Amino acid sequence: MTNDIAVAAVARPGAAQNDESAFVILTLADQLCGVPVLAVRDVLADQAIARIPLAPREVAGNLNLRGRIVTAIDLRERLRLPPRADGAPFMSIVTEQGTELYALLVDQVSEVLTLRRAAMEANPPTLPRIWAEHSHGIYRLEQRLMVVLDVERLLQIDIAAAA
Amino acid sequence: MDDLIAEFLTETNEALADLDLALVKLERTPDDQATLSLIFRLVHTIKGTCGFLGLPRLEHVAHAAENVLGRVRDRELIATPAVITAVLTSLDRIKLILSGLAANGSEPTGDDAACIAALELAASGEPAESTAPVEATAAEPQQAEQPAGEVATASQTIRVGVDVLEELMTLVGELVLTRNQLLQISRAEGTNLFTAPLQRLSHITTDLQEGVMKTRMQPIGNAWNKLPRLVRDLANETGKKIELDMHGQETELDRQVLELMRDPLTHMVRNSADHGLETPAVRRAAGKNEAGTIRLNAYHEGGHIIIEVADDGRGLDLAAIRAKVLSKGLATEAELAAMSEAQVRHFIFRAGFSTAAAVTAISGRGVGMDVVRSNIERIGGTVELTSTAGVGSCFTIKIPLTLAIVSALIVKACGERFAIPQISVLELVRVGGVGGTAATIEQIGGAPVLRLRNQLLPLISLGELLRLNENGAKAENTTVVVTAVGSGMLGIVVDDVYDTEEIVVKPVAPILRHVTMFSGNTILGDGAVIMILDPNGVARSAGVSSARDQKASSSRNLQVARSDDGIALLLFRVGGQSAPRAVPLNLVARLEDFPRDKIEFSAGGAVTQYRDKLMPLIAMDDGAIEQASEGATQPVLVFTDGERSMGLMVSEIVDVVHDRLNIELGAARPGLLGTAVIAGQATDVLDTSYWLMQAWRDWFGTAQGPQARRRLLVVEDSDFFRQLLVPALAAAGYEVTAAASAAEALRLRDGGLELDAIVSDIDMPDMDGLEFARRVRGDGGAWALLPMIALTGRGAPADEARGREAGFSDYCQKFERDALLASLRQCLTEQVLM
Repeated sequence: MTNDIAVAAVARPGAAQNDESAFVILTLADQLCGVPVLAVRDVLADQAIARIPLAPREVAGNLNLRGRIVTAIDLRERLRLPPRADGAPFMSIVTEQGTELYALLVDQVSEVLTLRRAAMEANPPTLPRIWAEHSHGIYRLEQRLMVVLDVERLLQIDIAAAA
Repeated sequence: MDDLIAEFLTETNEALADLDLALVKLERTPDDQATLSLIFRLVHTIKGTCGFLGLPRLEHVAHAAENVLGRVRDRELIATPAVITAVLTSLDRIKLILSGLAANGSEPTGDDAACIAALELAASGEPAESTAPVEATAAEPQQAEQPAGEVATASQTIRVGVDVLEELMTLVGELVLTRNQLLQISRAEGTNLFTAPLQRLSHITTDLQEGVMKTRMQPIGNAWNKLPRLVRDLANETGKKIELDMHGQETELDRQVLELMRDPLTHMVRNSADHGLETPAVRRAAGKNEAGTIRLNAYHEGGHIIIEVADDGRGLDLAAIRAKVLSKGLATEAELAAMSEAQVRHFIFRAGFSTAAAVTAISGRGVGMDVVRSNIERIGGTVELTSTAGVGSCFTIKIPLTLAIVSALIVKACGERFAIPQISVLELVRVGGVGGTAATIEQIGGAPVLRLRNQLLPLISLGELLRLNENGAKAENTTVVVTAVGSGMLGIVVDDVYDTEEIVVKPVAPILRHVTMFSGNTILGDGAVIMILDPNGVARSAGVSSARDQKASSSRNLQVARSDDGIALLLFRVGGQSAPRAVPLNLVARLEDFPRDKIEFSAGGAVTQYRDKLMPLIAMDDGAIEQASEGATQPVLVFTDGERSMGLMVSEIVDVVHDRLNIELGAARPGLLGTAVIAGQATDVLDTSYWLMQAWRDWFGTAQGPQARRRLLVVEDSDFFRQLLVPALAAAGYEVTAAASAAEALRLRDGGLELDAIVSDIDMPDMDGLEFARRVRGDGGAWALLPMIALTGRGAPADEARGREAGFSDYCQKFERDALLASLRQCLTEQVLM
């Protein structure tokens, strides 16, 4: 049922050299973003998500990943983007922090890119604060710009502010 | 097999493995005193326990080996390879006998003369060229029996890392989930090919789950083992006399629960010692025993563990709590006045609440019972408190056997499903149904309540509380789940109730920990992830405090109080009196009706033949015999202790009642403890010991009567031997304190332990018995004049002389129970005469 994309297979063999990093590329409200491939355990589509009452608004709910409970974080909510249209498809990127699993809900996962580390640029000073706080830097790809997301920061949800 | 034998086998096999290594080491370095002492002690312990358990073959071989080693230790013999070979051969013989013991539960027959002769030869220091043939004869039967024996003894226990067990438990949890999922699918599909194998899989999974749970079980004694020391230190710091009384140490619970209970228990014991118990002066003034008692009791009850922490101290000071509640503004005076005592007491579980007048180093800093309560609630448990001013307090903790898998009720509210742990569900009430038979929810100022029998039950709508109805989901409110929270009850209104299901509890993610209404989450059989509700958290979030559930609480407290609600008492009548007399039922071994013509009168009084022995019969009242002779049979209360029995003749056995034994009037005459109100009637309570003494002068082992219990200290390094000796001495009427080393014993002395006599082992690591005796005698401490009895396995006159020189009053063979008791009696009588 689940449309798992085997991340390792997508990555180009022998791609990641010492001075290169591989990223899972995703879109969030038309913005291209990247997550380091090493931080990604699974990519899922069409998952049933059980909502959790009284949870912070970023927490979309729980999902069952082969018998493990995964907390789903909606990155649109997390980055204060407009909500997805009802019934619009989404995908999740599962990542592990400590012993906990989290699923980052995104609009679309497209590919894995290997990029030279030196090519990453610092965040422009005009970047909105919410983006700047959760980004490592920017890559200029041929067509578009890609924001490298800081997964660790994304999972640090301020409970007081969220409630 | 006898537990003692099984334990002995395990311990001895470990010792033998150590011995093999140590002996080989000794052969290489014959001068290594440390190794030699170790070897000697191990062999000595084996011999001592064999003697105690009545295993003569083992004892003789071990004794011969010990003699050899003793001479080596005293440098009268050199540990030549020949000597070592002789000892190793004897160890092989011991192993052989042990394997027979393991297989049959008793020593196999056989002749050890050759083996012992070889050892004696070695001990005499002769060149041991004869060891070779002995080895050959000893080896022969060994070859045949060894393999079977090895298997039988080696596979009794195995050490496994905790992480391996945790991993297993996680896997079993996953398996249970998958099983549930399969069963769900199977139910939906109807009967098909898979149904039967699935059933089998289901059963095996359940068995496996139970098996794995068993591996994680540990006796609660493990969480208690630090308490005696703690209590002793507290007693010193506070200048109180405290006795710690522990029951049910062997009660097993999941090690995860055990770990989490360790701190709350320690805190509660600390609290009892500091707040609960009074100083000796106060206790004396109140007419109580100077030494206060803290009683710990653990037992299983319906899938839960009950732990009681009770003290016989001053009880909770309700006035102080009320004052504190007022000063903290937790309730108004009017509210307080309306509260039951139980509710007032419950305030001590509030954060920052301490009634200790002075902040001591021990407790009273305002971190206390609230932390205890939240710790206990975190593992899904509850804590209750009963207390009587001047008599004591009792905390009753109820916790689940395990945290990993619990039974839960699945409910639905506004289309979402939740699990409520079965432990807190009291009952389910259907409401609002058609036909008028169901109860209805009523409103008081917008607050829903339910009339449940004679109480008003506060209600909470789960849908509203969790704000599930915001997006239009309609609440149907069909069922009230009545749950136990704190000292009261709370009704949780839900739309629907499904089944109960065994769920695997998984902790919630850290970012959800602030939602205290959930204690975890789980995956159901259909793969859905649902939240587990914590009824205590729900009550707190809803602002249901003790002020609102007061009416509900009173009935529950009745239930809770049951545990210390008294004992079973046997009521009987004597002579022509109408007032019944009582005796605690557990003291009575049996009730008999003897035919009148079977009672004979001999020189000393009435006797009867009972179970092939003569049993003395005592009349409680001179008139009793005549009165009773009206009937054809004579009712008799039979008391037994070991081999001895005695019968107490009464005229009529009335009833067995369950009541508090609270003796209010002292006894006017011997044979009665006093008068108590039992079942609403003034009743004389029997002084059992007086009547036992009438029948057998030496019923209590000494002729001194029960009130003069002599206090003994047993110093013995072997756990096993200590466990044998302490109950044996206690059974003989002594009050026994045990110390595992001489150093510990000296600490007890410095801690002010009062004694009548000391029994000490000679061979102990670090400080041996001789040194200990010198220290006791020489330091001029409190014990300097006490009788000291040395326990040894070696009865050589030279040893005895050395012992007396060091200060021992007498020398006893370690494994001769009767000789030791005789020696104790003699020493203690001499002391009285002095």
